[in-house]
Amino acid sequence: MGLLDFFRQKPQQSASIAKERLQILVAHERAERNSPSYLPKLKEDLLQVISKYVTVDKSAIQMRLENDGNNEILELNIMLPEK
Amino acid sequence: MLQVDATGENNLARIIVITSGKGGVGKTTTSAALAMGLALRGHRTVVIDFDVGLRNLDLIMGCERRVVYDFINVINEEANLNQALIRDKRCKDLYILPASQTRDKAALSMDGVGKVLEELGRDFDYIVCDSPAGIEHGATMAMYYADDAIVVTNPEVSSVRDSDRMLGILASKSRRAEHNLEPIREFLLLTRYSPERVKKGEMLSVEDVQEILSLDLLGVIPESTAVLDASNKGIPVILSTDSSAGQAYQDMVTRYLGDRVPHRFLEVEKKSLFGRLFGG
Repeated sequence: MGLLDFFRQKPQQSASIAKERLQILVAHERAERNSPSYLPKLKEDLLQVISKYVTVDKSAIQMRLENDGNNEILELNIMLPEK
Repeated sequence: MLQVDATGENNLARIIVITSGKGGVGKTTTSAALAMGLALRGHRTVVIDFDVGLRNLDLIMGCERRVVYDFINVINEEANLNQALIRDKRCKDLYILPASQTRDKAALSMDGVGKVLEELGRDFDYIVCDSPAGIEHGATMAMYYADDAIVVTNPEVSSVRDSDRMLGILASKSRRAEHNLEPIREFLLLTRYSPERVKKGEMLSVEDVQEILSLDLLGVIPESTAVLDASNKGIPVILSTDSSAGQAYQDMVTRYLGDRVPHRFLEVEKKSLFGRLFGG
């Protein structure tokens, strides 16, 4: 490695950017593919119930279904608005 | 040297779909190479073009002027299989069933395709289904009856994503999935691979793609001028035995038949002193 190379900031190589992007995307799409079909509807319904008490945006609800051996865990994350 | 395959279904042909989702990644090149490779090893093989309206396998196989009847004619019983099958002039164990160039792809009915495959299954050891791009009817028909799937992928983001999408469809919309049979065996074939660009960090590596898709690697076909040269001439590239792509396809066939051979052409080739001096 030359002295110049040492001082030059090396930009991130594009292949590793591609890999990172794909890993995130594929994991997301697989999770969606393997989740039960009622999930979007459940999300809608939950949003309606919560809206009775606080005003939350659709994007404030995050749902994740995880497979943990024999158990399936539905993880629900609701960001309440700041008071 | 007829091989009884591991599933015990020795009276039935093994049906292999060549799929990818994305277009232009090398499905037809791979279908032609696999079919020729299997036939050259003495297995009676038929390769079917499922791309109704955009047939191209005949061109890659070099038999475009011998097409009289096609797949749809057989499904509609306007011709029998013997009339529609084209025997390859280079290999006596290889036959081609071309797609229709004029019909609507809806003519590929599930029952019709099933019947033709069943009839072929009595005569052949391997049926290679060349899928069209996309996830429309032709592509789903090509994969529906498959026992094995070869997912052709380029080391490029959109191709990898589409391949993963195809894996989802293979796992849910196939005969094996619908009847709760043993799932389709899925293999990864990486094509247009350039070790030079991988080394420079400009291209996803074999390991990267395998890590993302987690599939058995059936082969890596290097980017090679021999592929275009072969398609220009209508000769499956597997017959270009002195080219890297031809040799890599031979390895692919060997692996498909169950022999483990190391992957080649994954590293940058070192130029000889002579080559470096004369830019060879």
